[in-house]
Amino acid sequence: MDAKYRFQHKHILGIDELSVHDINFILDSAESFKEISQRPIKKVPTLRGKTVIHLFFEPSTRTRLSFEIAAKRMSADTFNIAASTSSATKGETLIDTAKNLTSMNPDIIIIRHSSSGSPHLLAKHIKASVINAGDGTHEHPSQALLDMMTVREKKGKIEGLKIAIVGDISHSRVAHSNIIGFTKMGARVHVSGPATLIPQGIEQMGAIVCRNPAEAVKDADVVMALRIQKERQLDPLFPSLREYASFFGINRELLQSAKPDAIIMHPGPINRGVEMTHDVADGEQSVIMDQVTNGVAVRMALLYLIMGGEER
Amino acid sequence: MTSPQTLLLQNGRIIDPANNLDGPGDLLLANGVIQRRGKAGSLSCPDNGKTIDLRGKWLVPGLIDMHVHLREPGEEYKETIASGTKAAAAGGFTAVACMPNTKPVNDNQAVTSLILTRAAAAGYARVYPVGAISNGSRGTELAEYGELKKAGAVAVSDDGRPVVNSQLMRRALEYSGNHDLLAISHAEEVSLSENGVMNEGALSTRLGLRGIPSAAESIMIYRDLALAEYVNRPIHIAHISARESVDLIRRAKKKGCKVTAETAPHYFTLTEEAVGLYNTRAKMNPPLRTADDVAAIRDGLRDGTIDAIATDHAPHSVMEKDVEFDQAANGIIGLETAVPLAMALVRENVLSPVRLIELLSVNPARILGVGGGTLSEGSPADITVIDPEKIFVYTKERVVSKNSNSPFLGWELTGKAVLTLVAGKITFSEPE
Repeated sequence: MDAKYRFQHKHILGIDELSVHDINFILDSAESFKEISQRPIKKVPTLRGKTVIHLFFEPSTRTRLSFEIAAKRMSADTFNIAASTSSATKGETLIDTAKNLTSMNPDIIIIRHSSSGSPHLLAKHIKASVINAGDGTHEHPSQALLDMMTVREKKGKIEGLKIAIVGDISHSRVAHSNIIGFTKMGARVHVSGPATLIPQGIEQMGAIVCRNPAEAVKDADVVMALRIQKERQLDPLFPSLREYASFFGINRELLQSAKPDAIIMHPGPINRGVEMTHDVADGEQSVIMDQVTNGVAVRMALLYLIMGGEER
Repeated sequence: MTSPQTLLLQNGRIIDPANNLDGPGDLLLANGVIQRRGKAGSLSCPDNGKTIDLRGKWLVPGLIDMHVHLREPGEEYKETIASGTKAAAAGGFTAVACMPNTKPVNDNQAVTSLILTRAAAAGYARVYPVGAISNGSRGTELAEYGELKKAGAVAVSDDGRPVVNSQLMRRALEYSGNHDLLAISHAEEVSLSENGVMNEGALSTRLGLRGIPSAAESIMIYRDLALAEYVNRPIHIAHISARESVDLIRRAKKKGCKVTAETAPHYFTLTEEAVGLYNTRAKMNPPLRTADDVAAIRDGLRDGTIDAIATDHAPHSVMEKDVEFDQAANGIIGLETAVPLAMALVRENVLSPVRLIELLSVNPARILGVGGGTLSEGSPADITVIDPEKIFVYTKERVVSKNSNSPFLGWELTGKAVLTLVAGKITFSEPE
């Protein structure tokens, strides 16, 4: 690491605005934070006196819990606002929410919202740091960071690996952040899914589009399946879950063509039997639970770094 | 505003495509009409008149914007007929055609009459109401075109939304002929564009925004061209934004179809990159497209495929614009920036000055079948004076329209209307 390097981001809005240095630095920090969660007393005073607000406009169990655990293990005071929906026509606008929150002097706002770009809008109107916990179909940076951490941990590196991402690339902010992130770190990201779920211009984000999952998975070091949202079949983007499972689901047979030591990932929650058979999800190659563990460490690192990373 | 007086406009560069003129000259205005036109310095002003020297300035037939939203009745917090026409005058326009998507929709003579009454009271510009194609622009039954025409409408359109039903569009094309009304198409295939918020492509994917493919526009243009050709009626295509649209219209014109088309300054000035990081002031429908589309639009303006520049002036307040990108309203204001943005095409040698005035005055008058577009002796003194060298920064404080939802705020612009006259009355004069 460059001696002059300093982490300088006030907000974490997307992987797009992080450099290779930033990402390595976040992952290094996360590795050192991981140990805290294994202690009998899982608490350090690093963020004592800091106020963290979780502003979730979309339902979330694991991301919110992961952020909350991360903040609490660092002694921050955390608060949850679960707004059912935001709309310009009913209720308070996001800018009004931002102004109100600013009046209460929080240090960090963690936002999840169905509109792409809403963390950017919030960041423009608030004094606090903003972390994007998923905005529309745009980005989910902390998820990509925990995925990169998991890959680096299991494979010892990211550069040069072949990563296969299979599923709904169009609507997946996890896929978008991962394509940008892994590509930035020197991996080759191959994507596959029904053509209706591969968005225009995804190649320009660095992805290599494959005609079928077999092509994507062949010789892959990492195989990641994405959650398929059941309502998409009504859109209509694919004919049925049954057809999806048989042609785009990750199963043992498909995995034969991946590298023997390939790891299996999923951002969760899994539709077992749809995007992944359960023997694969629970098999020895699966690192899905490691992803969840690393999620807490990555989020601790993010909270720490955007607060200026004072000495620990 | 002043009452019409005798006015000698001296030594301007008269650009009057209708009379094949481009050169220095004088105009003498009296009783609201152009009384005499002569060589530079050849006319003298009677004692009761006033002389204005226009050396270095362009003297052109009053500009006509054939596509604006004045928001009154119903959304007066966005714009009123008075504020919108005042903005028109400040932008150099002497006439505007206003779209029917008010609240209530202009699908009847009461709304048309109200618009004309308020416009006359304001006195800033001639206003030509466009009636709705269908009642409430709901796309189910035809509005009363005869009544609309009698009340003063010049065209019909369901602008803001397309006519989804092809049979209804065919009937509108046919029946508008009985009343000599122009049919204007807002071309959008909604099953492709629904919920879309910007141009579809790599950028929309990167931003995680739902895209609108350019095919949503061209497919509907093709349908409307086919219908217009089939029933042998003229059709005007509004606000085209994409290369395929230009290609289709060029081909139809070659075949002899009676089609005309307009584009807006933002489509020949900006690309989708203007969306940046979720700038709602770059959100409109159709959306900003790619550099390739901008090049095609410019070609279309130059070669005559596109007949008119219209602003699609669409005021919205901060309530509709200072929100999440996907929830923000479509549309930007345009009346006050059209002249400088169009003048940029002259400076870049895309258009000649004569061609520019055809696009902004002569053709809109001809397409709508209204007066204007000429500086002939005896015609109403609707005149715009443009200072081609005038440099100004378009700031929020400068905006005359009731709202400032423009992607051009903060831009340094060159070329400006400095004097606007409607029937010989000064409706706008740039402060020195």
